[in-house]
Amino acid sequence: MKPRNLAILLSAGLALAAAGCSSEQTPAAQSPSAQSTAGGTAPAAAAAPVTVTVACKPPKTDPRNRKTWEEDVAEFQKMYPHITLESTDNFPCFDPQTFPARLAGGQLEDMFFVPVTNTSQIISQKLAQDITPYVESVKTYKDVNKDVLSLFQADGATYGLPSAGYGTGLVYNRKLFEQAGLDPNTPPKTWAEVREAAKKITALGSGYIGFGEYAGGATGGWHFMQHLYARGGDVVKDGKAAFNSPEGKAVLQNLKDMRWTDKSMGSRLLIGWESLMQPMGAGKVGMMLGAPDVVPGVVNGFKGQFADYGVTVAPEAKHAQIGGGGFMFHPRATPDQIKAGLLWLEFQFLTPGKGQFNLERGKAIGNAVGVPDNTVFAGSPTGQAIEDLRKANATVPVDQYAGYNQGIATVTPKPEPPMAQEIYAVLDVAMSAVLSREDANVDELLAEAETKVNALLSKAGVAG
Amino acid sequence: MPVPPRAGIPADLLEIPMIKRNLTAYGFMCAALICFTFFAWYPIVHQFLLSFQQTNFVTEAEWVGLDNFRTVIEDPAFGTAWLNTLAFTGLALLCGYVVPFVVALVLNELRHCRAYLRFVVYLPVMLPPIVGVLLFRWFYDPGPGLFNQILDLFGIPGLAWLDSTSTALISLVIVSTWMNLGSATLIYLAALQNIPSDLYEAAELDGAGLFRRIRFVTIPQTRLILLLMLMLQIVATMQVFLEPFLLTGGGPENATVTVAYLMYQYAFVYGGNFGAGGALGMMLMFVLLAFAAVQLRLTREEKM
Repeated sequence: MKPRNLAILLSAGLALAAAGCSSEQTPAAQSPSAQSTAGGTAPAAAAAPVTVTVACKPPKTDPRNRKTWEEDVAEFQKMYPHITLESTDNFPCFDPQTFPARLAGGQLEDMFFVPVTNTSQIISQKLAQDITPYVESVKTYKDVNKDVLSLFQADGATYGLPSAGYGTGLVYNRKLFEQAGLDPNTPPKTWAEVREAAKKITALGSGYIGFGEYAGGATGGWHFMQHLYARGGDVVKDGKAAFNSPEGKAVLQNLKDMRWTDKSMGSRLLIGWESLMQPMGAGKVGMMLGAPDVVPGVVNGFKGQFADYGVTVAPEAKHAQIGGGGFMFHPRATPDQIKAGLLWLEFQFLTPGKGQFNLERGKAIGNAVGVPDNTVFAGSPTGQAIEDLRKANATVPVDQYAGYNQGIATVTPKPEPPMAQEIYAVLDVAMSAVLSREDANVDELLAEAETKVNALLSKAGVAG
Repeated sequence: MPVPPRAGIPADLLEIPMIKRNLTAYGFMCAALICFTFFAWYPIVHQFLLSFQQTNFVTEAEWVGLDNFRTVIEDPAFGTAWLNTLAFTGLALLCGYVVPFVVALVLNELRHCRAYLRFVVYLPVMLPPIVGVLLFRWFYDPGPGLFNQILDLFGIPGLAWLDSTSTALISLVIVSTWMNLGSATLIYLAALQNIPSDLYEAAELDGAGLFRRIRFVTIPQTRLILLLMLMLQIVATMQVFLEPFLLTGGGPENATVTVAYLMYQYAFVYGGNFGAGGALGMMLMFVLLAFAAVQLRLTREEKM
């Protein structure tokens, strides 16, 4: 090719590419149905054709669940022929780092997934639609746990529905307990017992960690909150920092003692989740604070064995942080899309015996059935129906989670504080200090963090 | 009177109008201009505007004046981030500026295995940064990590490396220096090889030893490259992000929070506060622009 032609071709190509990048996708372009209903607030006729994009299709690396998802989509579309369901290939379902870019670029689904950690932020930034007029149409809505639902509500309006929920507990390795001469059927109930058990497990030899913790990548503040909630403390109360309290001091002092006096936490603590899951899967970690979903995570991703892990309620537990997530709707989704999305949400995520709760099918395809994850419907008839299905189709040793199932009912679920991420960043300093410095002063660290958090809250005008 | 054809240029080419003759050059220039416009200038302008706005990318952006700048300045991590960035830049200059120059001097003097050693020095640059960083994560492991194993061989107690406030930042500097050593060394080497050998011969005849030859021949002859590299290194190291992001997450105790990492925190961790992230980015840009302007001014004065 002649240089001149090459230059023209290059310029034209770049200009076209740039033009393509800069053109904004309109809501109508995202969905054919949006064209007919955009701008209207009144719900359109039920049978109006509508296309809705939804998140959380299982990835290609999980072919069994991907296949059942596709079967469910086909069944759903047969039930509702006017709905075209387009499930996107994005895994994980929600990534806070790409969320704003996907939203700005018109790539976010009409019905997207949000972990409960991020719901208040999404609502406050007006990135989700008020779906209050539509939620009553979901048949199991009345059974959704009010504490979990409250994470999707603000000022009396509902912005989404939860699809999965759990409370933090104590995950422990039963095999290591036996090796250390501890009874795996009576896991620690107090922090003093945790310390003693951790010392015995650490004494098994080099590389054994009695109590595992991860505080790297700014996760320390978040974990401090989990410890604090378990002891009955608060991060924020009446618009002020509330962690510089006896409970807060007990959290840091206990971790400091285990780290430096007992030396039962190993030497690598400023690490991320995966870095703790590796020794956890290798059977080297005795205990850690975590939700029951840690168990399938360790088994599926880090070669652990279901038989080795038990879950119980956190020691001395008074409160438990609510984990999990749910679905919200794109700010530009049309009423028809919201209604169609809610029908899918009900079918796939909120109905016993269907979609994710088709546990008979789950058992048949080799999924781990029986791990507790039911706080969305806790204490309701729907919750009981799911629990019955779980017991009938269990593929994992459910007795090993009995302590959690019995204990969590007595623990008050608690949402994360306002301005959670900013506050965690401040608390991360205190947490990483006690885990990395033997001379860390707990009182000074908490006092300093308190001043900083109060300044943050005051500036943001968080109401008292 | 007809103009006589210029030597070496065909007469028919001279008859083509100037614009037509330069069409190829304009074409290539257009490609560059489009690239710069969309991938450099537009983002800069957009970021500038963003730093005065609050936006969620859905509703109309709201103009908030200097609020974003106030938010950033009042952040308890703001001062720490600047101090860490300056400390990183200083340490990275000490290591990353001097070490490659010394390595280049040594490589230039070698008579054997020159190509092989150049390849070895350049090898880390060819590794994807994530691989290099993960490699160092293992090196720095306080337990079975390579560095502590080596210290152990000599009976020296192991260090906490990334887990200690006193060693975390320098640990990142070591990673950065290792990853960028190859490029800087090759540039210095190219400059050294352009120095006429007769200058060294003359210096030797005058009785200059190795250090005097470096001082009076090598450094003056490579001064322009040294100044250019100084500016490039400062600009690059003040934007350090990858190492704290992948190795420390800004910890422990904010000991490795840098300005670029704090920008990332605002935009992608603290609930998509792109306005505050943009404001901090503008501050960093103006600091670097001021530095570059001073540096260029000094260079120009030196030339005059």
